[in-house]
Order: sequence, then C-alpha cells, then structure tokens
Amino acid sequence: MSVVFDNLDIFLEGMRRTLELSVLSFILAFLLGILVAAMRVSPVPPLRWASATYIELVRNTPLLVLMFVVVFAFPSIGFTYSYFASAVIVLTAYTATFVGETVRSGINAVSTGQAEAARAIGLTFPQSLRLVVMPQALRTVVGPLGGIFIALLKNSGVAVAINVPELTSAATQLGTDTAQFIPAFLGAAAAYLMLTIPSGFATNWLERRVAIKR
Amino acid sequence: MTAPFIGDALGPRGRRITQVVTVVSAVALLAFVVIAFGRLSDKGQLDASKWEPFGDWPVQKFFLEGLRTTVEVALVSMTGAMVLGTFLALARLARTGPVRWVTTLFVEFFRGLPLVLLIFFSALGLPTYGVDLSVFWYVAIGLIIYNGAVLGEIFRAGILSLDRGQTEAAYSLGMGYWQAMLLVVIPQAARRMIPAIVSQLVTLLKDSSLGAAVAFEELLRRGRINGEFFQNPLQSLVVVAALYIVVNFALSMLARRLEVRQRRRYKAGAIVVAGAGMDLALMGVQGDAAEAADTAT
Repeated sequence: MSVVFDNLDIFLEGMRRTLELSVLSFILAFLLGILVAAMRVSPVPPLRWASATYIELVRNTPLLVLMFVVVFAFPSIGFTYSYFASAVIVLTAYTATFVGETVRSGINAVSTGQAEAARAIGLTFPQSLRLVVMPQALRTVVGPLGGIFIALLKNSGVAVAINVPELTSAATQLGTDTAQFIPAFLGAAAAYLMLTIPSGFATNWLERRVAIKR
Repeated sequence: MTAPFIGDALGPRGRRITQVVTVVSAVALLAFVVIAFGRLSDKGQLDASKWEPFGDWPVQKFFLEGLRTTVEVALVSMTGAMVLGTFLALARLARTGPVRWVTTLFVEFFRGLPLVLLIFFSALGLPTYGVDLSVFWYVAIGLIIYNGAVLGEIFRAGILSLDRGQTEAAYSLGMGYWQAMLLVVIPQAARRMIPAIVSQLVTLLKDSSLGAAVAFEELLRRGRINGEFFQNPLQSLVVVAALYIVVNFALSMLARRLEVRQRRRYKAGAIVVAGAGMDLALMGVQGDAAEAADTAT
C-alpha cells in the first residue's frame, strides 16, 4: 500500500484533472441541456423534432463510440481538436441529453396553473418559460442534476481511451509501472469516492436550500 | 407529440409568431443539413470508395460477429449481474446488522467507481496476480460487479416498493421469513422491476463498448480496425454508431412500453433508483412519472 502514499502527488494531479474535465463539461452541458429542454417543449415543431432527434441519437450511442468519432473521424472532415477539447466536446454533448431530459421532466412537473397564470398576465411563450417555468423547474430537479454530475465524474474516466490525462489514466499508468495493481486500484477508488461523496453532500445541501416551500 | 405546454392555447399573435419561427427554423435546419452534406462531399467522405466495403459480405460478417460478441458479453454479464444483484439485495435487507453493513459497503464502493476503471484493472491487473482468462471474461467481470451493484439497488427498491401488507399477510398465514420472501415478495417485486432491468440492459450494452479500450474484439473495436484497414474511419464509426442506436432504441422502446403497461396494471409508480447515474431507468422513469403526475393534477 505504500505505493499509494509514495505517489500521492500522482493521484492528486489525476483528481485535479478529472475535476477540471468534469466541471467544465458539466457547466457546458447544463447550458446546452437547458436549451435542448426548451426546444423540446417548444410549440415550434421543427425545434421539437431537432431536439428529440439529437437526444435519441446521442443517448443511444456509447460514450466511447462518440469519443472515437471525434478523435478519429472528425479530422477527416476538417475538425481537429486537442485530446482534452475532444473529451470536453463529447462529454458535454452526451451529458446535455440527460440534462435536457431531466429539465424537461422538471418543466412538466411545474403545475399548469403557473403557465396559465403567466399567459393570463400577458407573457409570451419565451417569457413565461424564462421568467416563470424554468426557475421553478430547475429548483425541482437539483437532485437529479447532482446525480448527473456524479455520473459525469465517473464517465470522465472513459477519456483515458483517448489519451487524456485524468485519474483513471494516472492510476492505470501507476499500476502498470509498479505492477502493484491492487493498491493503485484502491487508491483510484478512494480518490473517486473523495470526489463523488462530497458532491453528493453538496447536492443535498443545494437541494434543501432552493427547495420550493409551499 | 407533446401537448401545448402552456395552459392556454396561444392567441393569434402567438400563433403567427409560431408559424414564422416554424418556417425559419425548418429552413435553418435544412440549410444545416445541406451544408453538412456539402462539406462531407468536399472532403471526399461521400465517395463510393469509402462506402463500398460495407456492401461486401466479409466486411458485413466482420461487423456482425463483433455485434454478436457484444450481445454475448452483454447477456452473460446481465445474467451474472442479476444473480449478484439478487444476492446483494437480499443481503442488504438481512436482519443481521453486520451482513447489512458489509453489503452496503460493497455496493456503495463499486457503484461509486467508474466502470472503465473496473474493466481496466480487471484486464490489466488480474493477469499480474495469476488470474489468466480471456479478455471476454475480464470485461464480463467488470460489467458483472458494477451492474450487480446497480441491479442490487434496483432489486432492493423493488422489494421495498411492495406493500407491507403482503409480508404481513404472509406472516399471518404462518410463513417464515424466507418462505414469505420466495413465495410472496420476490415474484411480485420481480414483475415490477422488468422495465428497469431492460433499461439497465441497454446501459450494459453501451458499456460493453468499453472493452474496445482493452483490445476486446467487440463491435466498436472491429469498427476501428475496419476503419484503419479501409481508410474510412468516419464511415466505419458511423456504421457502428448506427448499429448501437438501432439496438438500444428498440430496447428502450420496449422498456418504455413495459413501464406504461405496468403502471396501468399496478397503479404504483415504476421503480426509480436514486443516484443510478445516467442509467436510462432513472431518466426514462423520471420523465414519464413527472408527466403522469402532471396529467393527474
């Protein structure tokens, strides 16, 4: 087990990079996801269709397939990105579908009375969405969104397959170098738990704080 | 498909704006598609030479065998995960404290890990400790442990969702704990959990693609090999993605249909597992449950 303690800096560096990758992707996915959800409930059919197609296509494709597409196939059509940027793009696009579905269910959970009242005071559809429905919908789905963030923390490990340095790749490298796989694995497990468990607490705290009190 | 989300239908001004935006966005989408295809053909990606190989039976066979391996590992892992999950669920509901705690530790530990980490260490680490299996089994072991933990939670939620009256009635008939479990609780709980299990199968199918990173000869890896061989990575990966999408979409539809049928039959909500990550069980169920709640009010 000394392998872990002798190489704490490797694990910490890996944690930092994983956090970097996940937080950046989550912020982008959150914004994109809200847009996707808004399009999904829009009265304009082409927007609804485009959003639904995007969600179904990306959600049913494995994450690793998407990563390979961006890293190996995109250059053939002129889009070349760094490994890190590719990972961010893929994780953002993939996570945004789940954020979009969750926010949509949140929108549906806001009682129709709210939308009716918004119409009654003369707000347009975009206005009622932005000022009345979305704020309530988002406050309702803080819990599931936290779950999505935790899942994203774990999914970021897939980036190891496209040469992005993060926690999984650091632990794998350490295990291969020292041939001490069990300690390296336990170290990586502990590191991931140190990222996910506080995230869970933060989610619960945030959920309680923004809960809609009736 | 979605009813107008606004409580009242839009007035004349709203309808006019909607029509205008419909036309504008339809044109924009069309333009996007045309430009995308234009760019693809500019870069030679629509050339016959890149797509021809897929008309040959050897290439098709190559892909189909990869698909078969993917399905094989998914079914094997699903079976193993269900066995493990049942055991974990029952252990977590045990009456003796230590059994519960150890099981809870095990489940929370493996659920909190990335699956890719499990598979990597299974494939790279186990050999150094003398365990020598084919890559298929390294991938399967990773999948079984992780999905066993997730399914364990799903099963536990299913068992707990059953009305207490059922167990009480069973005890009042003189059944013991295990009799009540096996004859009354588990059969009913199992029926309720079928949609969630099918959803988890979809996730498992997608996760099996992680084997490509450890040289497991499944669909994605074969797609990459094909792409390198014929110099058509984009086309090969598109074919791989299309295959995954078709299979997963069909299974998701099945899961959703089963869930709707179930809600009608049992009037209890379908199983929602908190923190099951981005499993479709969580996403699909939440959306539908929220819609059901909305229409109910």
